[in-house]
Amino acid sequence: MTGMHIGLEHYLFVSAALFCLGLLGVVLRRNLLVLYMGLELMLNASNLALVAFSRFLNHLNGQVMVFFIITVAAAEVAVGLALIVALYRKRQTAHVEDLASLKL
Amino acid sequence: MRPETLAWIILLLPLASAAAITLLTRRQRRLSAALSIGAVAVGFVASLLLTRSFGALAPRDGEFLLASVRWLEVGPLTVDLGLRLDALSNLMLMMVTGVGLMIHLYSRGYMADDASYSRFFACLSLFMFSMLGIVLASNFVMMFVFWELVGVSSYLLIGFWHERASAADAAKKAFLTNRLGDFGFLLGIILVWGALGTVDFAEIQRTLESDPTALGALATLGGVLVFMGTMGKSAQFPLHVWLPDAMEGPTPVSALIHAATMVAAGVYMLARAFFLFDLPAAWPDCLSFLAGISALDIIAWIGGITALLAALMAVQQSDIKRILAYSTLSQLGFMVMAIGCAKPDAGMFHLITHAFFKALLFLGAGSVIHALHHEQNIWKMGGLAARLPVTTWTFVVGTLALCGVPPFSGFYSKDGILAAAESRPLLFGLAILVAGLTTFYMARLYFVAFAGTPRDSHVAEAHESPGVMLWPLRWLAIASILGGFWGIEHTLQTVLAPAAGHGAAGHGAAGGFFATLLAPFGHAPLAACLGLFATGFGFALAYSLYASAPAQDPLPARLGSLARWMRDKFYFDELYDVLVRVTHDAAAAVADWVDRWLVAGLLVRGTLGGVDVCGRILRLVQTGNLQTYAFLAAAGLVLVLWVMLL
Repeated sequence: MTGMHIGLEHYLFVSAALFCLGLLGVVLRRNLLVLYMGLELMLNASNLALVAFSRFLNHLNGQVMVFFIITVAAAEVAVGLALIVALYRKRQTAHVEDLASLKL
Repeated sequence: MRPETLAWIILLLPLASAAAITLLTRRQRRLSAALSIGAVAVGFVASLLLTRSFGALAPRDGEFLLASVRWLEVGPLTVDLGLRLDALSNLMLMMVTGVGLMIHLYSRGYMADDASYSRFFACLSLFMFSMLGIVLASNFVMMFVFWELVGVSSYLLIGFWHERASAADAAKKAFLTNRLGDFGFLLGIILVWGALGTVDFAEIQRTLESDPTALGALATLGGVLVFMGTMGKSAQFPLHVWLPDAMEGPTPVSALIHAATMVAAGVYMLARAFFLFDLPAAWPDCLSFLAGISALDIIAWIGGITALLAALMAVQQSDIKRILAYSTLSQLGFMVMAIGCAKPDAGMFHLITHAFFKALLFLGAGSVIHALHHEQNIWKMGGLAARLPVTTWTFVVGTLALCGVPPFSGFYSKDGILAAAESRPLLFGLAILVAGLTTFYMARLYFVAFAGTPRDSHVAEAHESPGVMLWPLRWLAIASILGGFWGIEHTLQTVLAPAAGHGAAGHGAAGGFFATLLAPFGHAPLAACLGLFATGFGFALAYSLYASAPAQDPLPARLGSLARWMRDKFYFDELYDVLVRVTHDAAAAVADWVDRWLVAGLLVRGTLGGVDVCGRILRLVQTGNLQTYAFLAAAGLVLVLWVMLL
């Protein structure tokens, strides 16, 4: 396995790929829960990029940032899932195209 | 007392009287009348005293006295509140205060039953103040100020019985028509000031006498514009329509303002500023098609047309005051025509004598109306001579004077005008025709209203007016008879036409009764003879038609539609009505189009529509779908990154 050196670019590529997959999930999927998973995927993709930067640039700021993001994401999941459950109870649906009441 | 002081007293007393009546004595009717009459009486006495200083009856040529207070100084424009005292203004002062005094006295009787007695005398005093201001003004601006004041007091007095809609309308009509003429007058004053840098009569005269071309190409235009003031105030064609309607006012007002004094103001102004009109014709390039027509030509023809039209209209009227109103119009046309023929002395002489006999005629008509309980239709009168002897004989004197029968005053003044018109054959013929018509309609009025038998029960119950109304009639009758013998003509010739050859030896100055009587035949035999012939012819015609006291006017049957045109005043009112309505409607249509399509359409609805369309387009973006927003946010982010990083 010599000659194959794993560098920053690879990490960033994986991170970008995950981010795009997450974004596609958010934009294309219909179910709110799945959409939420896509959102988590995007967060984790950015975490991966931050950690990679931290590792390769020898700087701890990135890792500190990641902890914050994980914490915030946990809180967000708690609130977001509660909202989705509440919404489902009220509307009997968790599909985004049914939730267009913002439109005039 | 110094003459200046006297002049200020004459001018300001009526103002003080108007103020005192309005502020203090509205409730005390007798006191109000006494104040007003006292102011005029003092003015009349003071005017008589002034003749000693100015010798209105034995004038010295070209002298005048100025009493002035600097009033206004704006840049190069200085305006004095000045009184110009000379034989001309002195003569007018005597006429205005003298006739005014008679009419004030008469009003005491005529208006005795009116609830607004005090208001009437306050208005009369205000009018006297304004009129005397015009007479005494030493410059155009001051004259214009009093000119407008006269318009206001005329408005107040025509609309005196403002609870009658017709009176209120007539007042409005008079005021607005006058404003039209006054606008031209003001433009003319500004033009003269712009060209000569002064508005003072004496200075303008000096400038124009030393250099008749000082006004350049604007000379004639300036004259015509200033003349527009006369057209309004003296009711000349085509602004004549207000005067007959002004008869809605009380009869003393008609006599004072719309016969003797105010309407004469325009003629007086023409005489006062004659030097402005007597200039060689000069038009600016854009009006070069009028080349060769001088201001005096226009004035003469306007006067002639007015005289003829008004005389024709008078022939078919049936309201006693309206007949006199059209007769006034016609005589004013005569005066203006005389001035247009470069004889201001003839015009002014007729103005003075006309003031006597027309005031007399109006007061006589007022006496008739008073006796008949406000019946004004002559076809409901008849046989008045037996019931109202004093009114009748004074009315006859006024009629004879108006018709120009020697030796009444009107004969001399009318003869002067006919002689003045001799140089223009067409106008001369027209003037002779008008003289004949004048006699015809006045004789018709006499035969229908005073002669014959009563047509209506009112007449049988009629009784002569009280003495306070009859004495002014008698005095004015005396003035109408003797007006030609007082040397007024000689005074005017000396003041206004010093260069005229016959001035020094003018009739009326010296010589006995017969010398004066025959003088017109001496210096203008053609005019005198033809004038007398026209008078006789008019009388004969009227005698043949009306002496048998017909129940109805026989003229319409003989003249057909012409009589209808005369009766309906040649449809001028209707024409103006249509003209005003057409222009009014056109202006309204344009304004409506602008408002509807430009303001409301383009500006208001256009803005609204633009914003609305933008909103509708932008609304498509707001799908309400969470994923669209997410996609757009991401796309935006990508775009920003794209721009930032590449």
